[in-house]
Amino acid sequence: MAAAARLVLRTASGAKVLRAGLGWLGAPIRVPHAAAHFTFHPDPVPTRHGPTQKMNLFQSITSALDNTLSSDPTAVIFGEDVAFGGVFRCTVGLRDKYGKDRVFNTPLCEQGIVGFGIGVAVAGATAIAEIQFADYIFPAFDQIVNEAAKYRYRSGNMFDCGNLTIRAPWGCVGHGSLYHSQSPEAFFAHCPGIKVVIPRSPVQAKGLLLSCIADKNPCIFFEPKILYRAAVEQVPTEPYLIPLSQAEVLQEGSDVTLVAWGTQVHVMKEVAAMAQEKLGVSCEVIDLQTILPWDTETVCKSVVKTGRLLISHEAPVTGGFAAEISSTVQEECFLNLEAPIARVCGYDTPFPHIFEPFYIPDKWKCFDAVKRMINY
Amino acid sequence: MAALRGLYRTGLGALCRRKGYQGFGVTHYRPFRVNGALHQQPFDSLEEKPQFPGASAEFVDRLEFIQPNVISGIPVYRVMDRQGQIINQAEDPKLSKEMVLNCYKKMTLLNTMDRILYESQRQGRISFYMTNYGEEGTHVGSAAALEPNDIIFGQYREAGVLMYRGFPLDLFMAQCYANADDLGKGRQMPVHYGSKDLNFVTISSPLATQIPQAAGAAYAVKRENSNRVVICFFGEGAASEGDAHAGFNFSATLECPIIFFCRNNGYAISTPTNEQYRGDGIAARGPGYGMMSIRVDGNDVFAVYNATKEARRRAIAENQPFLIEAMTYRIGHHSTSDDSSAYRSVDEVNYWDKQDHPISRLRHYMTARGWWGEEEEKTWRKQSRKHVMEAFERAEKRHKPRLDLLFSDVYQEMTPNIEKQKEAMWNHLKHYKEQYPLDLYDK
Repeated sequence: MAAAARLVLRTASGAKVLRAGLGWLGAPIRVPHAAAHFTFHPDPVPTRHGPTQKMNLFQSITSALDNTLSSDPTAVIFGEDVAFGGVFRCTVGLRDKYGKDRVFNTPLCEQGIVGFGIGVAVAGATAIAEIQFADYIFPAFDQIVNEAAKYRYRSGNMFDCGNLTIRAPWGCVGHGSLYHSQSPEAFFAHCPGIKVVIPRSPVQAKGLLLSCIADKNPCIFFEPKILYRAAVEQVPTEPYLIPLSQAEVLQEGSDVTLVAWGTQVHVMKEVAAMAQEKLGVSCEVIDLQTILPWDTETVCKSVVKTGRLLISHEAPVTGGFAAEISSTVQEECFLNLEAPIARVCGYDTPFPHIFEPFYIPDKWKCFDAVKRMINY
Repeated sequence: MAALRGLYRTGLGALCRRKGYQGFGVTHYRPFRVNGALHQQPFDSLEEKPQFPGASAEFVDRLEFIQPNVISGIPVYRVMDRQGQIINQAEDPKLSKEMVLNCYKKMTLLNTMDRILYESQRQGRISFYMTNYGEEGTHVGSAAALEPNDIIFGQYREAGVLMYRGFPLDLFMAQCYANADDLGKGRQMPVHYGSKDLNFVTISSPLATQIPQAAGAAYAVKRENSNRVVICFFGEGAASEGDAHAGFNFSATLECPIIFFCRNNGYAISTPTNEQYRGDGIAARGPGYGMMSIRVDGNDVFAVYNATKEARRRAIAENQPFLIEAMTYRIGHHSTSDDSSAYRSVDEVNYWDKQDHPISRLRHYMTARGWWGEEEEKTWRKQSRKHVMEAFERAEKRHKPRLDLLFSDVYQEMTPNIEKQKEAMWNHLKHYKEQYPLDLYDK
C-alpha cells in the first residue's frame, strides 16, 4: 500500500499522476480517479465522554463493537468475512478477544444474514449483522421490509426484533462504480418500522452505532466507506450515545440552509465557506444523521429562519431522500421560502466508474445552486 | 509431457524432502468436517489424493454423472398402517391413553373449528380462512414431541400445533374476527396467529421468511444453554424459496439446534409437486447441506411423534439441524380464495379423505385398544362443536380494537410523524364520522 502511494503524485487539478519510476511501463499518465472530492473536517475533541484516542472511522466502529461485546454477553457479530477482521477492518481483533461463537462468518447470503439476524434478535440476543457493501443489501430487502420492520406491529407487540442492527459500507469511494458506491437509504426511508442512520465522522459513528445497538427497533447503519481511513478524530474509548432522530446544526447561518448526511456533510462545510468568501452568503449547515425517522423540526426551524434550502446526496435525485425533505419543508414552510428548494444529487443513472468525478454532487455544483437560490 | 511431469515431481519432491516439508504452500493441514466434527488432514502433496479444500473425496478415472434417484426415493417411515395397526411393535411409542386421547381430541377439535370458520367466511362473517384438513397429524404428532419452551416458527397451516399447546378457542376466533381480544391487536388477516406465552412466533404471510429466522433463534438458544430446540414449519412450495436454502445452509454451518419440519402436502395452491421440484422431494436436499434428514408418513401421528422426539433429542445434544419431511395431503382448498376443483379431481381428494386420514388412523388405533367407541365419538363431537360455536358467538359479538391501535407498535416508542398522523386522522373523523363504521370499534 505504501509503495503504491509513493508512486502517485497529485496535479493542481487533483488528477493523479503515476511517476516515471515505473520504468518499463512507460511515461507517467493522468488518471481521473478523483482525488477526494472533499476534505474531512474533524470535530473538536469531545470532552464529555472521558479519555479519547486517535481513531479513524473503521477503528471507531471496532471500538463501538468492542464496547458492546464487552458489556452485553448476548451480543454476536456476523456476516461475510467478519472473522478475520472484515474487508474494511471493522472487526479486527474481536474474534480473538470474545470467541468464535460471538464473532463469526456466515455463508455468502445476504437474505440469510438478515433473516438469521432477525431470529437471533427475536430470541432475545443482540444481533449485529454486517452486509459487506450496501450495494448487496437487496437480497435482504424482503427480510428487512416485510419482516424486520413489521415484526412488532403485526404481532401486537408480542414479538419484535429491536435487538437487530445491520451495518453496511455506503457511498462513493472514488472508483467503486455501480456496485461498490451505492447509497440506498431512500429505499429504506419508505419503510415504517426500521431506523436508518448515517454518520459523518468517527466520533459520530461510534455514538450513533451504539445508539442503534441500544435502540429497541431494528436499525440500518450505513458507514461512509470513503471515510474509513480518511476520517481521523480523537474518539472517546468508553461507550457513549448520540441520540437518534436529532439532526445537528454544525454551523449557524442566516441566508441558506444546507442539509446533507454522511460524506456529503464535509462537502457542504466547504460550500458554506465558499459561499461566505465568494458571495458573502451565510449558510446554516445541518447533518441530518438519522434518515428515518428524520428530524423535521430542526430542518423546518432552520428554513423558517433562512428561507432557502439546499439538500444534497450522492444517490440519484429522482425519489432520493431529498425529495421527501423537500416535500415536507414546502408543506410546513411554504410562505417562508424565498426560492425553490434545491436538490443537488447524483444523476438518474447507475453509479458510473470512469465518470465518477462528473457524476457526484461536488462542491462546485452545490455552490452554483446556492448562487442561483440567492439570485432567484 | 510425461517427462516434464516426471522432472517436476522429482524436482519438487527433492525440494520437499531436503527442506523437510510435509507438503508445500502456506498450511500443512487442510481442515474438513465429517458430521460436524472438524478434522485436520495432513497436506501431503506427494500422495495421489485430492487436496482441494472444498471437498473430501477420492479420485475416479471414469466419466460418470450421478443420476438423481427419484423412482426409488428416500423411504417413508411409518409406525401404523393405513388401518391404524402398529407394523413394528418396537416402534410404537406406547403413549399413555390420556396422551393419545388428547392428540385425538385436539385433531378433531381443530377439524371442527376449521369447518365452522370456513363456513363463517363463506357467509361473510370473517374475511378469509385457511383449513388444515388432512394435515392434523403433522401438527399434533410434532407438537406432542416438543417441550413447552421450545420455540415454534410456522408458515400458516399449523394451527393444530398451537391448539395442542393450549391456545384457547376464544383467541383463535379473536384473531380471525380481528376483535378487541386479539393478541395481535387486529392488524393481520385471519389465521396469522401468534402467542408469546406459548412460544409460537406470530405468522407472517411471506413464505419461507421464517426459515433463516428460525436458524438465528436456534443459534441464540444454543448460546443460552437452555436445553431448548427451535422447530420451523414450512410447506414443500415454500422450500423452493431462496430463504429456505439460506436457512438450511446457515443452520448446518453454524451448528444450530433446530428441526426443520416440511409439510409436503402435494400442492402449493394449484401447483403440484412435479412443477415445484424435480428431485426427490425436500428430504433429499438435506444431505446436500450436510443435514440429518428423514421422510415420514405425515398422516401417522406416531411416526411424526417418533421422528420429532428423536430429532429434538439429538439436535440439542449434538447442536445440529434435523430435516423432517412429513408426507401428507392437503384435503381442503388452499384457502377460502381457492376452489381446488379447478386443478384436481374430486376422486383424488376423496381417496385421502376416506382411505388415509390421520384422524381415522388414530381412531382405529384407539378403538382397537378399547379406548374409544361410538358413544365417545358422538359425545365428543357434540361437545367440541358446542365449544366452538360458543366461542364463535362470543367472538362475533365482540367489538373491534380501538382505533389508536392502528398507530402504535410501529416502533417501540411513538414517533413524532406517526403521532401527527394519528391526530390528523382523529381530526378527520371529527368532521366525517358518519362515513366510517365507528360503532363497531372499541372506544
